[in-house]
Amino acid sequence: MDELLKILKTNALETPENIARMLELSVEEVKAKIADYEEKGVIRGYQAIVNEDKLNLNRVTAVIEVKVTPEREGGFNQIAHRVGMFPEVRSMYLVSGAFDFLLFVEGENLHTVAMFVSEKLSTLEGVVSTATHFMLKTYKHHGFLMESQDEYERLKISP
Amino acid sequence: MSTSVSRSPREFLADTLGQVPRSGIRDFFDIVSEMDDVISLGVGEPGFDTPWHIREGAVFALEKGATGYTSNLGLSKARHAIAGYVNETFGIEYDGSTEVLITVGVSEGLDLAVRAITNPGDEILYHQPAYVSYGPVIQFAGGTPVSVQTTQGNGFRLTRDLLEPHVTPKTKALMLNYPNNPTGAVLPERELQGLADFAREYDLVVITDEIYAELTYDGTHTSIGSLPEMRDRTIFLHGFSKAWAMTGFRIGYACAPHDFIEAMMKIHQYTMLCAPILSQEAALEALKHPKEDIEEMRSEYRKRRNLVYASLNEMGLAQHKPGGAFYAFPHVGHLGMSSYDFAMRLLEEEKVAVVPGSAFGECGEGYIRCSYATGMDDLKEAMVRMARFAGRVTPE
Repeated sequence: MDELLKILKTNALETPENIARMLELSVEEVKAKIADYEEKGVIRGYQAIVNEDKLNLNRVTAVIEVKVTPEREGGFNQIAHRVGMFPEVRSMYLVSGAFDFLLFVEGENLHTVAMFVSEKLSTLEGVVSTATHFMLKTYKHHGFLMESQDEYERLKISP
Repeated sequence: MSTSVSRSPREFLADTLGQVPRSGIRDFFDIVSEMDDVISLGVGEPGFDTPWHIREGAVFALEKGATGYTSNLGLSKARHAIAGYVNETFGIEYDGSTEVLITVGVSEGLDLAVRAITNPGDEILYHQPAYVSYGPVIQFAGGTPVSVQTTQGNGFRLTRDLLEPHVTPKTKALMLNYPNNPTGAVLPERELQGLADFAREYDLVVITDEIYAELTYDGTHTSIGSLPEMRDRTIFLHGFSKAWAMTGFRIGYACAPHDFIEAMMKIHQYTMLCAPILSQEAALEALKHPKEDIEEMRSEYRKRRNLVYASLNEMGLAQHKPGGAFYAFPHVGHLGMSSYDFAMRLLEEEKVAVVPGSAFGECGEGYIRCSYATGMDDLKEAMVRMARFAGRVTPE
């Protein structure tokens, strides 16, 4: 992966000036590359990594395994689009193994998620079965551990 | 009855110790360690923790009961893994059974190598600025350290021309450390070739400390031991501290022809017995997937190197471009203060700790060593503070 994307994936707030220094580019070059990535749809957005467990949001997230019958024309993509358009679906992947789609679905409580699954998801044409797992705690999200660990103290000066 | 005269502890000390100056870093360290909220660019170790699979491997080894002594040379499987890694990475072939010795860091390896070859009065050439132990290790071994000054003008690279005037009939060995601590200098193959010719011509042993080899950012690292007819006169020292962020494991190794290793092992067996088994197990784990770990660290350090190099230049602290290790060595001599005073004022006024260049030899005066092994966020803040300071002390 391009070093510039690696930097932004770790810290999307990094300034073009610092990125320019790190990559031995000019500030203009950095801005142009970022604009290009945005335009091409490589960069889809910028988000903060939030530990929602600390916010007492009273929201639930479910991980849902979905088995489907791919359509004759359009394969998985057409049905994936229909599922992915629901705002409740926060992330969605096609995976190998015993089921086809892995969904991360958010709702206000167990009931709303259950209603979404039973009324909207399961009733879609092509959906064969679902298995819903409610998430209990987030330990790591997008490469970031949710609990900050105490830094082991190091020497301040060493040869 | 004879009257006894009692001597003070100081009077019992060996003469050699009096000849070795106190480390220039010590005083500075004492002051820094008393202060809070200091951003330190003063450390000679990676800001990363050891990669998790290595730490996890060490925990597993501990659970399995890896708690005993090992052979004096070190675990056989670790020695063979090391020989394989050195062959693949540096292109030098060593027999893991007889030509590899596992040491307690390169520090011990350096001491063993020097002691193994030094007769009283033998002269050993080394470059300055240098890692703080180079001179003292030679003195402790009864040899005479002969330092050769390198300068910013030639990128702190040691050349044959610089060495030539220092050769005498007593010259026994040449010590090298590239990529270099504290300057970040590297030796391209062309210059290395000149040093190899020099060593062959004057029939010298070469002790080469290549602890920073993997942290080379522009071009590839070449080991002097890989050049024609150099293997048999070279003691190659390396370890895990820097590229794998394993400083606290204290684990390194020496590779050399059997006679050198046998002699070094003799000293090692009576003074150290063996390197800690847990660290040897961790090293073995480190060598399972070396490329992935190292590539990740190198690419991260390269960004930090570039950031620091660009920032220091922007604030008017000129320097050669450091090609390896994780140190920048900018010049501050034009600001009308010694490197020690610069470091002290920077610490007091902006709470950034750097190491005065004078700690690494006389010719380090006028420079400061800034380690960029510290975390990126701290590094950025340190550059902001240093720029503020440099702006204040730079004459109009």
